[in-house]
Amino acid sequence: MVAVEPEKKADRWDPGVHSYASMGYFDADYEPKETDVLAVFRVTPQPGVDPIEAAAAVAGESSTATWTVVWTDRLTANSHYQAKAYRVEDVPGRPGEYFAYIAYDLDLFEEGSVANLTSSIIGNVFGFKPLSALRLEDMRIPVSYVKTFQGPAHGIVMEREHLNKYGRPLLGATVKPKLGLSARNYGRVIYEACKGGLDFTKDDENINSQPFMRWRDRFLFSMEGVNRAMAETGEVKGHFLNVTAATMEDMYERAEFAKELGSVVVMIDLTVGYTAMQSMANWARRNGVLLHLHRAGHSTFTRQKTHGVSFRVLAKWCRLIGVDHLHAGTVVGKLEGDPATTRGFYDTMREDYVPTNPANGIFFDQHWASMPGVLPVASGGIHAGQMHQLLDLFGDDVILQFGGGTIGHPLGIAAGAEANRVALEAVVKARNEGRDLLREGPDILRVAAGSNRALEAALATWGDVTFDYTSTDAPDAVPTASY
Amino acid sequence: MPTEADATDELTLEEFDLASDDSKRQVEETLAALENELVGLGSVKDRVREIAALLLVDRAREQLGLSSSRPTLHMSFTGGPGTGKTTVAQMMAKILHSLGYVRTPRVHTVTRDDLVGQFIGHTAPKTKEAIARAAGGVLFIDEAYYLFRPENERDYGQEVIEILLQEMENERASLVVVFAGYEDRMDTFFSANPGLSSRVPHHISFEDYSHDELMRIADLMVAKENFRFDPAARAAFADYLELRMKQPRFSNARSVRNAVERCRLRQAKRLVELHKPLTRDDLVTLTETDVRGSSLFRDGASAG
Amino acid sequence: MQLRHGAFSYLPDLTDDEIALQVRYALDHGWPVSIEHTDDPHPRNIYWEMWGLPLFDLIEPDGVMAEIAACRGAFPRHYVRVLAYDARLGRQTTALSFLVQRPAHEPGFELARTEGAGRAQAYQVKTYAAAAPPGERYAD
Repeated sequence: MVAVEPEKKADRWDPGVHSYASMGYFDADYEPKETDVLAVFRVTPQPGVDPIEAAAAVAGESSTATWTVVWTDRLTANSHYQAKAYRVEDVPGRPGEYFAYIAYDLDLFEEGSVANLTSSIIGNVFGFKPLSALRLEDMRIPVSYVKTFQGPAHGIVMEREHLNKYGRPLLGATVKPKLGLSARNYGRVIYEACKGGLDFTKDDENINSQPFMRWRDRFLFSMEGVNRAMAETGEVKGHFLNVTAATMEDMYERAEFAKELGSVVVMIDLTVGYTAMQSMANWARRNGVLLHLHRAGHSTFTRQKTHGVSFRVLAKWCRLIGVDHLHAGTVVGKLEGDPATTRGFYDTMREDYVPTNPANGIFFDQHWASMPGVLPVASGGIHAGQMHQLLDLFGDDVILQFGGGTIGHPLGIAAGAEANRVALEAVVKARNEGRDLLREGPDILRVAAGSNRALEAALATWGDVTFDYTSTDAPDAVPTASY
Repeated sequence: MPTEADATDELTLEEFDLASDDSKRQVEETLAALENELVGLGSVKDRVREIAALLLVDRAREQLGLSSSRPTLHMSFTGGPGTGKTTVAQMMAKILHSLGYVRTPRVHTVTRDDLVGQFIGHTAPKTKEAIARAAGGVLFIDEAYYLFRPENERDYGQEVIEILLQEMENERASLVVVFAGYEDRMDTFFSANPGLSSRVPHHISFEDYSHDELMRIADLMVAKENFRFDPAARAAFADYLELRMKQPRFSNARSVRNAVERCRLRQAKRLVELHKPLTRDDLVTLTETDVRGSSLFRDGASAG
Repeated sequence: MQLRHGAFSYLPDLTDDEIALQVRYALDHGWPVSIEHTDDPHPRNIYWEMWGLPLFDLIEPDGVMAEIAACRGAFPRHYVRVLAYDARLGRQTTALSFLVQRPAHEPGFELARTEGAGRAQAYQVKTYAAAAPPGERYAD
């Protein structure tokens, strides 16, 4: 806890510039209400700026304040609308950085609008000059605000009942190469992968409607592949048809067409924006079509430790917005992901109650009031040889996506898909039998490969590939009793 | 490091050292518990020890390839209520488990109502459900003779007996059935169901406790709950038991437990009505008043 | 073809011992287990016929295994599956499902098409076996 210099408040309304703390944006005695929206920021003040004042400034700039006193504040119940920084802590082991806890009254936010929530909390304040960097680490969304959202269009339970698939992770793959395939070749990849044993295939985030393949043609050939695979296997299959487009009207048109073709799922990119995402979530709920979200662009603001918005906050927003799927990292794959932090993301998306857990980067208790969970997607640089680790890390409620690990299989796409499915079923079966996945996993896979040529080839090709780099987004907290 | 010759030697000698057997140690622990935790029951303890010894030897013979079939383990426990049948069944389950004849030392207790259905087609699922719940352990059927009601031709109890018999004859089943109840009625039950009787080789008969044994049981129960009788109270309890044993529906240890419970109730009432600070001694002592408060004394022996 | 249905349809058919281990996993979680069978394994056929009621409160898998054997005996040519149900708040759905019997010959599914406007096609998956009336399907 940083020491506070009490300041006189007598001249609070004098015209001119006052410290934010003196204007009431810092209150060490404030007891957050159950209905308050809480936020914790990592604040890095410019040299010479007092951390308390910096925290108060963040509270001020993300709520009622402007740079100078305005008399019109006195026409309002000002203290009610002021955000209050109520706690400022040193970040362990990182001098010059502070965690600032800020409480916002529920009245500051429009019901059921993530656009409004984000405009308030991260609207202005990230460019504020006295700070050299600022990161929104976590938020506590009060149940009273959670209940103004419908949440995931279907949720994990409904999705499983719809697909008729239980007791194991789902498997997917992104069609590769990302760009350039004609619609006919594109559909071939989908057919082979779904026939081979994947549950889903997926458009990549930047596949929208380019000259080499227009969206409508892609949809037609994709659904041909999906339906053929369904008849070949007797299982429900789906392809995440990316309906991301320049305008809402275009997106609705594409989504409607996907629905007419009988697709169980459509997909959007994070780049469409929170409002469009929420509109599409409503559309998906109304039309009984699952909604997959690709978090395209998120790393521009989630990855750096000192500046931006943590992915765990984005995950909360996405659950409120109402997507059914959200990419949340693989830990073992090619993209950024610390195991403990990623665990925190998965909990945030799937559990109904997520208790404070500094070890996983969770700063607040979060109750979801029975709002359905979002199915996390683990995608990027994972392969069949890691299946035991993936199951151990993520459990059953996850979509594991093996793009390269399916399409790059030496015996072909269907064999790649089969290898992944056999590996998955073998480790799920072994786990249920009470075996120790982390210790016996490689053995279990080897035995399964003994009766399956596709898996044998996959293990021979990628068995040793790992991506071990230091994570840029590990939790700061060392779990101790006093934390 | 034993040489290859040593190893061959061991095989040809075909020795089996019961004393070094881990299961035997577990069985002995259970037998010791049986000895220490249960008052009296001398003949029962002997029978249990005999059965345990028989199974131990059977198992050793099986391991040396001298016999291969799984012994039939179903049992009947006969005797009045409160004579320790359930407790002994639990110990028996532990012994069977130690020897690997059942997978869990669990006892699933049922009575007629848990097995017999109320309409056609209801009985089989109920009985199968009970068998499924007892699977891997011991199915204890209390007052088993109620399953057999020859006076009612359409009674579904017969169906239960048939399903049980099927299960008991199943070589792969891992279930041991214990039939329990009053001796005379069990005799009638088994003679009317010879198929069942031939599948139940082990009989243990539980005799009623003597007055002396019941007093020791009472002492144990009271001590276990951190109470004690003062001398007058103990004498009064002995009188009480004498009267109670002549009453109908006397159920041995169970009646003792009920009587002790009622003494505790009267003690509590007495202490509360003292309206004064209580000592530790007050809290643990059961007095003569607490015992003599029983209606059995008020109504005199004539009530029996 | 080989019907892909349930959690283990890409592995060799489970032996009874392996099935018992999966059932034990379910029972250890407190999930009641039920058995269902069908002669129409269409991927959208949610409601297979129930073989009795779900088996509640079991600790050992023997009872389930006995019912699986009985169901197989009664419907030797049907698909039979085992389901485990998780009644926890927030779940309240099936937790595990896998096949324990499939017919010797599996004719699979037909993909019927109806040509529509603008090159769109309406697809319909049909179970070949379901062309015959119930009771006459999957005859050798």
